[in-house]
Amino acid sequence: MQIGVPRESRDGERLVAATPATVQRLTALGYDVLVEHGAGDQAAMPTRAYVESGARVAGREEVWASDVVTCVNAPSPPELDLLRPGAVLVSQLAPAMHPELVEALAARHVTALALDAVPRISRAQALDVLSAQSNVAGYRSVIEAAEEFGGMFTGQVTAAGTTPPATVFVIGAGVAGLAAIGTASSLGAKVRAFDVRPEVGEQIESLGATFVQAEGSAQEVSSDGYARELTADQEAATRAMYAAESAGADVVVTTALVRGTAPTTITAEMVAAMKPGSVIVDLAAPGGGNCELTVPGERVVSDNGVIVLGYTDLPGRMPQHTSQLLGTNVVNLLTLMTPGKDGQLVVDLDDVVVRGMTVCREGEVLWPPPPVQVSAAPSAPPAAEEPEAAAGPTPEELAEQRRLRSRRRTVLAGLGAVVGGLAIAASPPDAVGHFTVFALAVVVGFYVISAVTHALHTPLMAQTNAISGIILVGALLQIGVDDWLVTGLAVVAAAVASINVFGGFLVANRMIRMFRKGAPTPHVTAPTGEVAR
Amino acid sequence: MTVLSAVQATYVVAGVLFILSLAGLSKQESARRGNVLGMVGMALALVATVALALESSERPWQVTAGLILLVFVVGAAVGTWRVRRVEMTQMPELIALLHSFVGLAAVLVGYGSYLTEPQSDTVHLVEVFLGVLIGAVTFTGSIVANLKLSARIKSAPLMLPGRHWLNLAMVVSAAGLLAWFITAAGAGADGAALTALVLMTVVALALGWHLVASIGGGDMPVVVSMLNSYSGWAAAAAGFMLGNDLLIITGALVGSSGAILSYIMCQAMNRSFVSVILGGFGAEPGTPASAGVDGEHRETYAADVAEQLARSRSVIIVPGYGMAVAKAQYPVADLTEKLRDRGVDVRFGVHPVAGRLPGHMNVLLAEAKVPYDVVLGMEEINGDFTETDVVLVIGANDTVNPAAQEDPGSPIAGMPVLEVWQARDVVVFKRSMATGYAGVQNPLFFRENTAMIFGDAKDQIERIIQSL
Repeated sequence: MQIGVPRESRDGERLVAATPATVQRLTALGYDVLVEHGAGDQAAMPTRAYVESGARVAGREEVWASDVVTCVNAPSPPELDLLRPGAVLVSQLAPAMHPELVEALAARHVTALALDAVPRISRAQALDVLSAQSNVAGYRSVIEAAEEFGGMFTGQVTAAGTTPPATVFVIGAGVAGLAAIGTASSLGAKVRAFDVRPEVGEQIESLGATFVQAEGSAQEVSSDGYARELTADQEAATRAMYAAESAGADVVVTTALVRGTAPTTITAEMVAAMKPGSVIVDLAAPGGGNCELTVPGERVVSDNGVIVLGYTDLPGRMPQHTSQLLGTNVVNLLTLMTPGKDGQLVVDLDDVVVRGMTVCREGEVLWPPPPVQVSAAPSAPPAAEEPEAAAGPTPEELAEQRRLRSRRRTVLAGLGAVVGGLAIAASPPDAVGHFTVFALAVVVGFYVISAVTHALHTPLMAQTNAISGIILVGALLQIGVDDWLVTGLAVVAAAVASINVFGGFLVANRMIRMFRKGAPTPHVTAPTGEVAR
Repeated sequence: MTVLSAVQATYVVAGVLFILSLAGLSKQESARRGNVLGMVGMALALVATVALALESSERPWQVTAGLILLVFVVGAAVGTWRVRRVEMTQMPELIALLHSFVGLAAVLVGYGSYLTEPQSDTVHLVEVFLGVLIGAVTFTGSIVANLKLSARIKSAPLMLPGRHWLNLAMVVSAAGLLAWFITAAGAGADGAALTALVLMTVVALALGWHLVASIGGGDMPVVVSMLNSYSGWAAAAAGFMLGNDLLIITGALVGSSGAILSYIMCQAMNRSFVSVILGGFGAEPGTPASAGVDGEHRETYAADVAEQLARSRSVIIVPGYGMAVAKAQYPVADLTEKLRDRGVDVRFGVHPVAGRLPGHMNVLLAEAKVPYDVVLGMEEINGDFTETDVVLVIGANDTVNPAAQEDPGSPIAGMPVLEVWQARDVVVFKRSMATGYAGVQNPLFFRENTAMIFGDAKDQIERIIQSL
């Protein structure tokens, strides 16, 4: 089948749904890829590079008439008309907000897959456009803030005086929030962050930020991976905390989105209390904004000189990497939907992921999909505790068992010592001497071997094997006995034992020689702080 | 000073050299010295023994000398030939085979000793009997281990009904035969005594075969070190029957060495030593595979992995038996060198029971010239995974299974494992989605930060090197 990658028509859009690298992987899946001339220009991906990766360049109409069309933004009405009936459209569609678009697609008998409606389950992460883009947006938000902020993020001690580090307050530790935290702290800022889900506190701290909590605002672990709205009490406490934190911050990054809509977190009053020159970056601007002063897509300056950035195109401001991530999301989706790797797309509605993304098929509107109940939160602890409590022995029982076992062991050891002692006492004097040697050798062996490093256990075995070929000594002494049967046995014994002696030592030697110390290890870098998911 | 006393003195020196030799093996720096000390000790002991044998020869000394020379020529030729040919991946089989030689020699020396003086005191008879018994068990046990490790017989445990009772019956009948042997020999009935000895040998051979046959392939590292221990006890028993302290010292050293190795292995697998020896991991029925570990895995490709590696600062490679099977140690070493040249901190994490022999992975990596100071053990490296960018799991499965820690119902619950999933990204090299030796599904493969790369590990790693 043929995949079309058109040039985005929306004003200022710099992204593209496929890069030369992803074109290669699409081709490997068996598809013919058709790229509109200049599709990747804005993302610094020249048309030539696409051709080199195996794509064909075509005009606008031909691209839109492909079997599968993949683009970044929902098609405009003229583009809709170019789609063939029965074609498959893979794009960001925001089906919840644009039901009329879904209707229009269904009316044209187009099968539409919304890249921004991927169910939040583990295996679908590789196709989750929102995660990938949020990550970029979070990073970019800090970069934008750094540009607007009139100071350095990192604190400095210089001959000309000392500057304190910037304080960054991040609201919401989703993908975007975490990316913002990581970026800000790697720039040297002091980062404080809040999230209504207490379980992400650990993630926040792992990125070097301080987890801020409001009194009594702790919320339950959510069951579907999205944050929920707060109760009135919690909200009051949280608001007070927002006010205190934002007043002390140089940069505030807000990322609170509850199911596509943005609750207000930073009121006009709070902005008025902030320091002049401080910056608010509102990542929830596409949903209306978390800050009351936010104007989606615009830079606003408040009366007291606080800069409020409501840019909605943050991912698009880094077109190279965002396109690469988006393109990979598309490839991963098509990999999932091309089980035969033969270039034949299969829309399998029994697959939860595909079902969740399919908004319409063959004229039928399939939005909204049935809910998928999966917890993104750790659900393991309760599951793990129950069977243990039900079936497993209690700690007391275990301790009791251990006591019994150790007592039994002591008794057995005592018995063994008595029996051994009796046996030795009953044996002739020279045997007693042998027993002494034996017992001492066992103990020496125990201590010597305990010190051997694990890496050398195989050579050790070869070596001890060679040494146990010492039984050769016994065989050699029997060779001279005046009985041909004994001599024969002894010769065979000595022969196999000497194979052991020679073989064992040589192989141990061969292995030991291989162990060599390396050149000085490369500079061991400090643990990486940045964990971008 | 007689020849005998000079020989005894040399034996003392040789015994000390053996102890120093094993002590030398405790560290890589002194390992080569340890190996040489062992050889010197052995050479001294043999020269002294040959002198003693010639001196006490009951035949013309030339005949004895000729026979001894013949023995050495055969031993040296066969031993050297076998060792030259062996590949490092086949080391477990070779070592198991060598153990069987010690067992066979112990049996033959025991018979020789009995035939030389059939009328002797009870203690000597018991020593002969035990020496033959241990030797025979070691002999067949090692042969079965060798066959299993070289995949000439299937490695699944042999599950005869009532196998524990069968073992017990064999031990009891051996004890009965011991009583018969002593009474018959005491009464001067040489024929009857010899019959008892031969019958016991047959029983012991069967016992050795059955013991190892009922142990599954996954427990082979334990079995090999256990057989190592047996071969030592067999030598010690021969020392008792010949009244030779050097044999006793050496046998005891080797015996305790093997016993400790087996014990360390068992601890690394969180298994009771006794239950491994009596046969049966994977043999314990009734532990259902833990539920809820099914899921979708994410696949990745060589080019992506190369890019990922090039961007990372710290990488840990976790090799397993699969690396040995694919003979991927050379490309792995190559990859390590390339990444280290770029300043990436590459280290190896080796689980104590990775491979089919204790320390198997270390030997393979050393063969491929990976410096040993970047190859770390489980305890040394487990804390570092959280700070690692990428972990490459090459042909390891059970040793990186998070179910061991998280799922109390799992058959491998409680086994210490390498906590690779703590790293930022994990790439698992695997031929397919099949389970590991323990037959347990691995939830690691379905984790969010895990990507699978399928196919022959060697090819895939070579491809990664090309893309770098």
